[in-house]
Amino acid sequence: MRLTGAEITIQCLQEEGVEFVFGYPGGAVLYIYDALFNQDKVKHILVRHEQAALHAADAYARASGRTGVALVTSGPGVTNAVTGIATAYMDSIPMVIISGQVPTPAIGLDAFQEVDTVGITRPCVKHNFLVKHVDELASTIKKAFYVAASGRPGPVLVDIPKDVSQHIAEFVYPKSVTMRSYNPVTKGHSGQIKKAVQMLMEARQPMIYAGGGVILGNAAEQLTKLVRDLGFPCTNTLMGLGAYPGTDPQFVGMLGMHGTYEANLAMQHCDVLLAVGARFDDRVIGNPQHFYSEGRRIIHVDIDPSSISKRVRVDVPIVGNVADVLEEMQKLVNASPVRPDAAALKDWWKQIGEWRARDCLRYEHSSSIIKPQYVVEKLFEVTRGDAIVTSDVGQHQMWAAQYYKFDKPRRWLNSGGLGTMGFGLPAAMGAQMAFPEATVACVTGEASIQMCIQELSTCKQYHLPVKIINLNNRYLGMVRQWQQILHGNRYSESYMDALPDFVKLAESYGHVGVRIENPADVEPALREAFALKDRVVFMDFMTDQTENVFPMVKAGQGLTEMLLGAEDL
Amino acid sequence: MRHILSLLLENEAGALSRVAGLFSARGYNIESLTVAPTEDPTLSRMTIVTSGSEEVIEQITKQLNKLIDVVKVFDLNEGNHIERELMLVKVRAEGKDREELKRTADIFRGRIIDVTDRTYTIELTGPRDKLDAFLDAIDRSQILETVRTGASGIGRGEWVLRV
Repeated sequence: MRLTGAEITIQCLQEEGVEFVFGYPGGAVLYIYDALFNQDKVKHILVRHEQAALHAADAYARASGRTGVALVTSGPGVTNAVTGIATAYMDSIPMVIISGQVPTPAIGLDAFQEVDTVGITRPCVKHNFLVKHVDELASTIKKAFYVAASGRPGPVLVDIPKDVSQHIAEFVYPKSVTMRSYNPVTKGHSGQIKKAVQMLMEARQPMIYAGGGVILGNAAEQLTKLVRDLGFPCTNTLMGLGAYPGTDPQFVGMLGMHGTYEANLAMQHCDVLLAVGARFDDRVIGNPQHFYSEGRRIIHVDIDPSSISKRVRVDVPIVGNVADVLEEMQKLVNASPVRPDAAALKDWWKQIGEWRARDCLRYEHSSSIIKPQYVVEKLFEVTRGDAIVTSDVGQHQMWAAQYYKFDKPRRWLNSGGLGTMGFGLPAAMGAQMAFPEATVACVTGEASIQMCIQELSTCKQYHLPVKIINLNNRYLGMVRQWQQILHGNRYSESYMDALPDFVKLAESYGHVGVRIENPADVEPALREAFALKDRVVFMDFMTDQTENVFPMVKAGQGLTEMLLGAEDL
Repeated sequence: MRHILSLLLENEAGALSRVAGLFSARGYNIESLTVAPTEDPTLSRMTIVTSGSEEVIEQITKQLNKLIDVVKVFDLNEGNHIERELMLVKVRAEGKDREELKRTADIFRGRIIDVTDRTYTIELTGPRDKLDAFLDAIDRSQILETVRTGASGIGRGEWVLRV
């Protein structure tokens, strides 16, 4: 079958079973858009800014587990997409980005809308390709999908010059790929796994720390079973929420900079730590020197060898697919004649219970002013904990993570690594595309939402009835919090003046807008909004301007050096 | 500590910049980097001389392995190896200095490969220390220009690095 490069591109997407492409047309991708026009298998979603195309495709991948696909034009199309690519890269999200490029004879001549796409994106992709000849196009796209989804996943970009999309070649889609330079490890080392299980059985104060890798590796079920069988406490990272059920008594909450008192203390004082699909990053363990000050033996399971012993040296490294490794551990646990010391474990739980009794997420209720935490708690109740929740970045993100208890994986979608404001709304669109029947809530703030607010238009065009929970405190809340705590109350440029009337704004896009100013109206407003199944509802909650996120570990400090509330300031 | 890393990578446009970009993005040192295609034109062989603690070298090796274009990475410090570098030095060679420079070059097994009335161009091969020693042995003010390739390394004995 002889096809143009553009037709080959679309055929490849069909072969890969791609449902949706999120994108924005332009000069360099006109042939590809023409090929899209002539078929109906792959649906294109027209966003209003390329950053949103990337976030939507990214969230589609996070929610569904399939590879997200975005399509952008050369030059500014790509540069607008870079934030979204970097967001996906930091959180290891499988994505394929197809970008147009100026025709091959024009490359390097500063042509109109030319940028060095491969150069600009190199540090924030798992891999990228510039296709110089139409004969290489199909095999390159095949490789892109393979690399994006295998091993530690990540975004892969394929840059297609305009003439390549126009030229004709015989189309053959390769059935499989082999790359001598890329052979990700899948199976963990059996000897190491055996050693790990022995170590777990010897533990007196064990702790299990699970991250986003458990979700990406579809290992939540295996993790949950193992944790329950062992009877050990378990914490999840921001990226790992939902890997272990948030309402389970063995769950000690999220850990890290805004983690719970009990999770952070258990992390610091445990004697054996099992880290699964997590990477000991600065927001999780704080200062590594402080973390070292307490001796503990560490088992680290991760698919990426470079994540192991990067910030913290570990005793038992296990490189492998998290689900397979956990299953193998489970078998050994089942067969093990020794069990962890029951009395020691009981004492450990007693200790954790004492830490838990601090009730670190308690906050002052108010009958006159809306507390942001209260909104998230009510959101949890109204949606019965069963919504897909996206967020932007800042205080609202932390409150959503702390107060919405995620019982299932792939329900909490946020930019954990890069911390990208503007992620929430397009992410909600991507999640809603993946699951049209699901309840999708975007928890955001008045600053973040304005970074991709134009997507209200996309929601209208594609009937994506996402619910927007805007925690409006008229401040860049997390910036203000740091300025209060670390910069002597000097609120430099963190006040949001001249805000739009979000109700009217939502209405102008054809959506429903509501402003909520009284705590008593929070729950009724949420109930009413979520009852409107087929409409976007923008809920503008006027929240307490001075509320801070606690607990808090200041950047660079130790995990146990927590501020628990205003009294610690 | 100084380490010498040998890499086999796909001989593709952009592979070098992926390696160089990795070192600059993560703040790793590069003392020298050499690269050229091998007898198999689809593969390039690269030698990188770097330095860092054991932890840093371990991370460098892992990060290099993670690059999709990199086929193999080997730290030559893990075994016996041979390291060679080529240097071309143009020196001022006038009057009585001409004889002295010729003698010094001979001692270091260097070869004079270009001559004018006032200059010699000397070719020298050896491990880094030897080249440094030669530069120390002659009068610094005589040096007009030096060109060094950076080290290339290979394992000793029958051990080979190949796909």
